Amino acid sequence: MSSVVVHQQPLALVPTLGPAAWRADIVAHLGAGKRIHTLYARRGSGQQVLLTAVLEDDGGSSRFRRTQLGPHDVYHELSSQFPALHCFEREIHEQTGLPMPGHPWLKPLRYEGQDQSAMNRHSFYKIEGRELHEVAVGPIHAGVIEPGSFRFMCLGEEVHHLEIQLGYQHRGVEQRLCQIDPRRAGPLVETVAGDTSVAWAWAWAAAVEALGGCTLPIDVEVARAVALELERVAMHLAGLAGLAADIGFLQGASSYGRLRTTAINTSMRLCGSRFGRGAVRVGGIGMQLPADLLADVVANIALLRTDLAIINEHFLTAHTVVHRLQGAGVLSTAQARELGVVGMAARSAGVAIDGRQGRDQGAWHVLPLAASTLVGGDCWDRARLRILEMEASLAWSHDALQLHPRWGSARQTVGPLQPQTLVTAVVEGWRGEVVHCLETGAGGELVHCKVQDPSLRNWMGLAIALRGNEISDFPICNKSFDLSYCGNDL
Amino acid sequence: MTLLSALRVRASQGTQYIADVRRARPKGFVGLPIIAAGSCGACGACKDACPTTAIRTDDDDVISLDLGRCTFCTACVDACPSNKIAFTAEPKMAGVRREDLVVRAGAAQAQIKASSTFSSIFGRSLKMRQVSAGGCNACELELNATANVNFDVQRFGIEWVASPRHADALVVTGPLTRNMKDAVRLAWDAMPDPRFVVAVGACAISGGLYEGAAGVDRAFFDTVGPALYVPGCPPHPLTFVNAILDLLAVR
Repeated sequence: MSSVVVHQQPLALVPTLGPAAWRADIVAHLGAGKRIHTLYARRGSGQQVLLTAVLEDDGGSSRFRRTQLGPHDVYHELSSQFPALHCFEREIHEQTGLPMPGHPWLKPLRYEGQDQSAMNRHSFYKIEGRELHEVAVGPIHAGVIEPGSFRFMCLGEEVHHLEIQLGYQHRGVEQRLCQIDPRRAGPLVETVAGDTSVAWAWAWAAAVEALGGCTLPIDVEVARAVALELERVAMHLAGLAGLAADIGFLQGASSYGRLRTTAINTSMRLCGSRFGRGAVRVGGIGMQLPADLLADVVANIALLRTDLAIINEHFLTAHTVVHRLQGAGVLSTAQARELGVVGMAARSAGVAIDGRQGRDQGAWHVLPLAASTLVGGDCWDRARLRILEMEASLAWSHDALQLHPRWGSARQTVGPLQPQTLVTAVVEGWRGEVVHCLETGAGGELVHCKVQDPSLRNWMGLAIALRGNEISDFPICNKSFDLSYCGNDL
Repeated sequence: MTLLSALRVRASQGTQYIADVRRARPKGFVGLPIIAAGSCGACGACKDACPTTAIRTDDDDVISLDLGRCTFCTACVDACPSNKIAFTAEPKMAGVRREDLVVRAGAAQAQIKASSTFSSIFGRSLKMRQVSAGGCNACELELNATANVNFDVQRFGIEWVASPRHADALVVTGPLTRNMKDAVRLAWDAMPDPRFVVAVGACAISGGLYEGAAGVDRAFFDTVGPALYVPGCPPHPLTFVNAILDLLAVR
């Protein structure tokens, strides 16, 4: 009864191909216009590097493809042909040291385990020319925001190239996850990206529950989905408030800002945390919904819908908003596809991928969610899409609470985890798909945790969308993509 | 048209600020814990359940909970067979000394003693520079929220500033990553005296969930100790605002 994409397979049954056949399989898959969820690797025993691809098939199902490279095998890079894979291959190179002859850009993603001076040894991409100038921003930015380095190559006001260098927030999430009891990893998983706590906790819980052979009743699935949609609404409101502030549209900043307070305070009523911490637990939920609280939650959702309509109308018809956002930071449909952009950034550029659509079981199956896709790919459409998604999420949550007004809070015990098994779980968080891939060893212990935030794939979308724009439009372009630094840096 | 819709927005906005941030209690918030008095024997269920070793027992098997490590996940409450631990909605729980963050069984938490030095220098104007060093964006969002229309910390002369050159306080979130080590030091070195550091959230205070993790380097705190610790995961805006107001003896 899983609402989210979960695919599990014993290692013995995972197709393990020779390097050439594995590569041909991925080329054929991507060449046919299909998507890849993730591609990652780890060092096996000895000199082997074990590569795993998770490919998305029609109907939202997925499949694993593995290969193993010995010290004398050569890995033939794929990024030149499929730029969407650049982040995966850079990560593989950084984490395993696997040589990738011919790869166009092997700059480390996050400088794991290196001295910080290593960051300064890799230069930024340069464009030569007497009239060109560089603008360096970061790692510490002007606002209360996470760190990252941006390097702009400009001709006058126009940005010809933006390079985004991250890694400053690297803590060591993946290693830490393998060191602790997976049933109790909730608090840690929720900090992969703290603004996406519910999505991360759900993906983790779904993966561990699959390994433990545990299925949940529909009311628990719906409760998780309500928490996830509240998180989406809250972060879309935060993004719109920031966007409004960046263009000096102060009524938007204060109205969207205070409505976010209503949304996160609703989460707090349900689970004690304004960020939905503890809402999803392995084996169930950490939320309760007594009758008086149900009435308050329903009333808050009604208030959000009413007041949102008022500020949305004002925001979307104000000349200053239209003038600043339309045509800024365009990411074309072709670019979004080529770069493998996911989530709301993809959906506002005409790429209709949404893990909540077309489900054949779970919360969004019993109650389908209105799909939203726009084609402009500019700041305007990214803002409009967030408004459409909030309306859909609030309407869905309202209906879901009518359908399932009682949530069982008893948690199921997750038994021993299936040994030597590979599982992936994908949840459509507010930015896009969050992905966990877990592999267990002979005793059911975790031997590898792959954690992938949608930001990993979308940062390049921002860099490309900014080309040809004025540098003064960078703040609104950045805010409209609203990507995570810590989620990328792990 | 625009004027009318602006007025409609204004009417729907109403009055949003919290009139008395000193007494506000966020409904449903999991805040300051209280622990019932008495020995727990050899039980230890809460210690086993805690993801950050926030709970310790002394020689008499009496438990204490370190707010500087606590993620407020309430796993200890679920684990305790005798309901000895309860989390209240109280947001005030900061401290000026690390040991003041330890809540002991049957005892009230130490209150912040207002500092006449801090009060005389910063009491009417405090500028803060925030630096995230491995924070997950939850602490950062809550610090941002202190300046929104609800909490409106500017009413006390307290503001976030863009440059460390303009800052009196360096407000640090996250466990302190190795890759931010140089930047944190640069920001601190750029600040004029008098200046101080505030550690916000379990990660910054103790390393929290990332204590000893591969990418963490907390050497900065060995040389510059925080003057104020604000616990939480993340701390509620009211926890932060009250901590600052207590330290500066504002109202």
